[in-house]
Amino acid sequence: MSFPLLTLTAAVPALGAIATAAVPAAKRTAAKWLALFFSLVTLALAVVVGIRFNTGSGADRYQLTESHSWIADFGVRYELGVDGIGVALIGLTALLIPFIIVAGWHDADPQETGNTRWRPTQGFFALILMVEAMVILSFEATDVFLFYILFEAMLIPMYFLIGGFGDRAHAGSDENAAAQRSYAAVKFLLYNLVGGLIMLAAVIGLYVVAGTFSLSEIAEMRAAGELEMATNTERLLFLGFFFAFAVKAPLWPLHTWLPNAMGEATAPVAVLITAVVDKVGTFAMLRYCLQLFPNASEWATPVVLVLALISIVYGALLAVGQRDIKRLVAYASISHFGFIIMGIFAMTSQGQSGATLYMVNHGISTAALMLVAGFLISRRGSRLIADYGGVQKVAPVLAGTFLIGSLATLSLPGLAPFVSEFLVLVGTFARYPVIGIIATFGIVLGALYSLVLYQRTMTGPVKLEVAKMPDLKLRELLVVGPLIVLLVFLGVYPKPVTELVDPAVKHTLSDVKQHDPEPEVAAK
Amino acid sequence: MSATAVHSLWTTAAEPITKIDSPQIEYSLIAPTLIVIGAAILGILVEAFVPRVARYYVQVFLSVVALVAAFAAVVALAAGGHGTTESGIVAMGALAVDGPALFLQGTILLSGLVAIFTFAERRLDPEAHGNRVDSFAAQAASVPGSESEQAAVRAGFTTTEVFPLALFAIGGMLVFPSANDLLTLFIALEVFSLPLYLMCALARRKRLMSQEAAVKYFLLGAFSSAFLLFGIALLYGYAGTVSYAGIADVVDGTVQNVNPALAGTMGNDALLLVGAALILMGLLFKVGAVPFHMWTPDVYQGAPTPVTGFMAAATKVAAFGALLRLLYVVLPGLRWDWRPVMWGVAIATMLLGAIVAITQTDIKRLLAYSSIAHAGFILAGVIATTPDGISSVLFYLGAYSFVTIGAFAVVTLVRDAGGEATHLSKWAGLGRRSPLVAAVFAVFLLAFAGIPLTSGFAGKFAVFKAAAEGGAGALVVVGVISSAIAAFFYIRVIVLMFFSEPKPEGPTVAVPSPLTMTAIGVGVAVTLVLGVAPQYFLDLANQASVFVR
Repeated sequence: MSFPLLTLTAAVPALGAIATAAVPAAKRTAAKWLALFFSLVTLALAVVVGIRFNTGSGADRYQLTESHSWIADFGVRYELGVDGIGVALIGLTALLIPFIIVAGWHDADPQETGNTRWRPTQGFFALILMVEAMVILSFEATDVFLFYILFEAMLIPMYFLIGGFGDRAHAGSDENAAAQRSYAAVKFLLYNLVGGLIMLAAVIGLYVVAGTFSLSEIAEMRAAGELEMATNTERLLFLGFFFAFAVKAPLWPLHTWLPNAMGEATAPVAVLITAVVDKVGTFAMLRYCLQLFPNASEWATPVVLVLALISIVYGALLAVGQRDIKRLVAYASISHFGFIIMGIFAMTSQGQSGATLYMVNHGISTAALMLVAGFLISRRGSRLIADYGGVQKVAPVLAGTFLIGSLATLSLPGLAPFVSEFLVLVGTFARYPVIGIIATFGIVLGALYSLVLYQRTMTGPVKLEVAKMPDLKLRELLVVGPLIVLLVFLGVYPKPVTELVDPAVKHTLSDVKQHDPEPEVAAK
Repeated sequence: MSATAVHSLWTTAAEPITKIDSPQIEYSLIAPTLIVIGAAILGILVEAFVPRVARYYVQVFLSVVALVAAFAAVVALAAGGHGTTESGIVAMGALAVDGPALFLQGTILLSGLVAIFTFAERRLDPEAHGNRVDSFAAQAASVPGSESEQAAVRAGFTTTEVFPLALFAIGGMLVFPSANDLLTLFIALEVFSLPLYLMCALARRKRLMSQEAAVKYFLLGAFSSAFLLFGIALLYGYAGTVSYAGIADVVDGTVQNVNPALAGTMGNDALLLVGAALILMGLLFKVGAVPFHMWTPDVYQGAPTPVTGFMAAATKVAAFGALLRLLYVVLPGLRWDWRPVMWGVAIATMLLGAIVAITQTDIKRLLAYSSIAHAGFILAGVIATTPDGISSVLFYLGAYSFVTIGAFAVVTLVRDAGGEATHLSKWAGLGRRSPLVAAVFAVFLLAFAGIPLTSGFAGKFAVFKAAAEGGAGALVVVGVISSAIAAFFYIRVIVLMFFSEPKPEGPTVAVPSPLTMTAIGVGVAVTLVLGVAPQYFLDLANQASVFVR
């Protein structure tokens, strides 16, 4: 038996969660350092996974595989394995968590003292690590049931993170804030739970049809022509899966939980939602919808593309109209998820490589923008754009990093998101020119909301309340600096990620029996 | 017939009576039931002869020993292959000893044992006149608020009769799923129902509510027993026998010798259909399925909370066991008739339980409606009519009973001046004040909601899978929709506990004795083990999924 590297990558943060939760109430700082330590070990393990992963042309599709019997009665195995897409997203998750932990260093310090039983700090960091463990394992699972379990179970720690540790910078009273926060948490949970339960029906249906949950076995059956799925059955099962992933991703019109959740959660938790957890949705579309139900995916493509297009334009339009910084970022994310889903369902290699790269880049760029926004909001105590103005004169470093984050969000060439957005658009245009053209307007709107946000908050006359705003501290710089370096690096040299992703995308495309359309010039 | 025996056309010579054959009873095979009933009878003698001071300890000891011994007997029988290859009909055809019977008996005994722990809890209520008291009335016979009640409280009386009553109820429940003829079924039903009616009336606090609950339960229960009995009479008229196998033979049309006295009614389909429907009604009442669920919220709310937990867990197990045997052994030939009806019942039960629970403001009523919804989920597995259906129901019942007892045990801990604080508004902010208790309750709620990595999910998955494979895909869809609705109110309680600010006059969490702690601990452990590694128990349920005929 080989060394269970993948299990370890998920087990380390899980153990970290338990260890952090067990730290006594008075030793708050120790809990934080412990959580950071475990997240860094996880990052190191993720790097090892990346190194051990073979991107050569003859390499297996799923590598570093592990397989153990788990619940034989349900046909469930504990099966892990990663393809390039999985490695990229594990890397993203493991990379972002330490930044999230450092950015949220003081977010969960208890306000009331004396209650020794209530240990919010320990809980906060333990829950973050718990989410990390489940997300990483869900990227590794090659058993549909195992994936489903993680997909659902990660909602619970997320739910407590949103509802239990809200943003203190709230316009209204404390009571009002608590009510809105718990509303956002419940909305998040119910949307995702309903999606998950509908997927459960489809998971059971898949088992009735295929008799197994293992991706590799299903692929073998399909190759041997043994998997008989009636057209209607396949479409229904596809819809069951897709619905859950579309809620999680989120895709218009199932997106409405995201602005609430991101608005009410603390900035690091908002990053956790949109940059890490939501990626499971788009990842699962690529791995499960396309691979398990290729014909139905093809059948659904036009509708999905139109929904993605609506997400792109609608999300961007609403972002333009937001008065709340965090909700603005949330709507911008909805627009970006539209791009990702469009890239996946364009069924071209550029589109899907671009979509995967987009997931990574969107994670980094949103983390950069949102975390700086969080630092800004914690200084002023307000999320409203109108409460800011002229910050760049008072806190130039903060304003500068905020600008880079905004520029990344609007996909400025030279920063990472540009490459992926370009790939997605090219990939879409090759097959669906009209949709590709309309989607381009998303970029224009992206420039509008990003620059208007910067202009209204950072430029202009210095507002009285902002006048004494301190600039970024060392801890905050340590969070933002590396993220910006990464944005620039991947913007100039995206090859490490694309090399990782390309073989997996080729596999996926061959699953759905799609080939890149021939360029028209070459056809002559 | 020899010629010498004929004296005339209408008389024959009687064989001289040498002996009457004594009934053949396989005592060792029905040992679990005998142990429990024997201990119950001993318990009554204890009430009569042991001094009041020592009664509590003797009763608790006796009950625990009896239940453990009975469980050991079940395990021994199962280990001896009586659940699989050696299963058979015993006690002159009255009882079946087979896989489902042993599995359910084991479940009932274990959940009964855990329930006895919560019955014996004496640290939660404040001491009355220097005496530690449990959840039960000082003297059940005294009128609430009367002089005699006060005198009983002053004297430190406690209702230790509750332990033999519980043992009788458990004894009846052990027989119920293994009953192999309709009369045994009816007797078992009465043996476990009558003590339950009584136990419902025994609450120490809110006694009028408790007595009201008992009367409601008794009246509706008696009504349903009457239906069951009438159904038995009709089925006897139809088949000429009350034995399960005999009726099944008549349903299948394979019966050879027709009793001439019954030839007129035998095989009359009207009798069969009406009789079967009436019997099903009686059983669905005990299960708490819609439209026979009306008693559940009132009784669950009024009964002393430990009794509610016991009822919700063990009664459900026993009643579903009997329902399974009836549908799978007696009426499989009729399944094209009962399946559509049960479809309707299951859908109505799942949806109504989940929807009405949303509007509840009392935690016990909420759990009552949740138990109705869960009865619907289990019915989905029953309808599958496959071996997988049986094993999934067995597994679900085992998983569900421990979650239920654990959840009601937590309810007993949250108290204010008026006893248990069951109104939901009082649970606000519990997570801040007692994170551990709130976290444990959250685990139970998540299991009820069927979140993965809890036993609730494994159980739900098993029954839905069985239902889907049995061709009831639509039922699965309704099931997941009502799960989603149900999730809403479970989550609401979690929101209340963790995300609401605690109220200054809110309830306190009593520190229980190791007894209740054990009950809750077992609940949590079973919930997590069955959620993460259910394979062993699924295997067990699989092996136990063949009924003997």
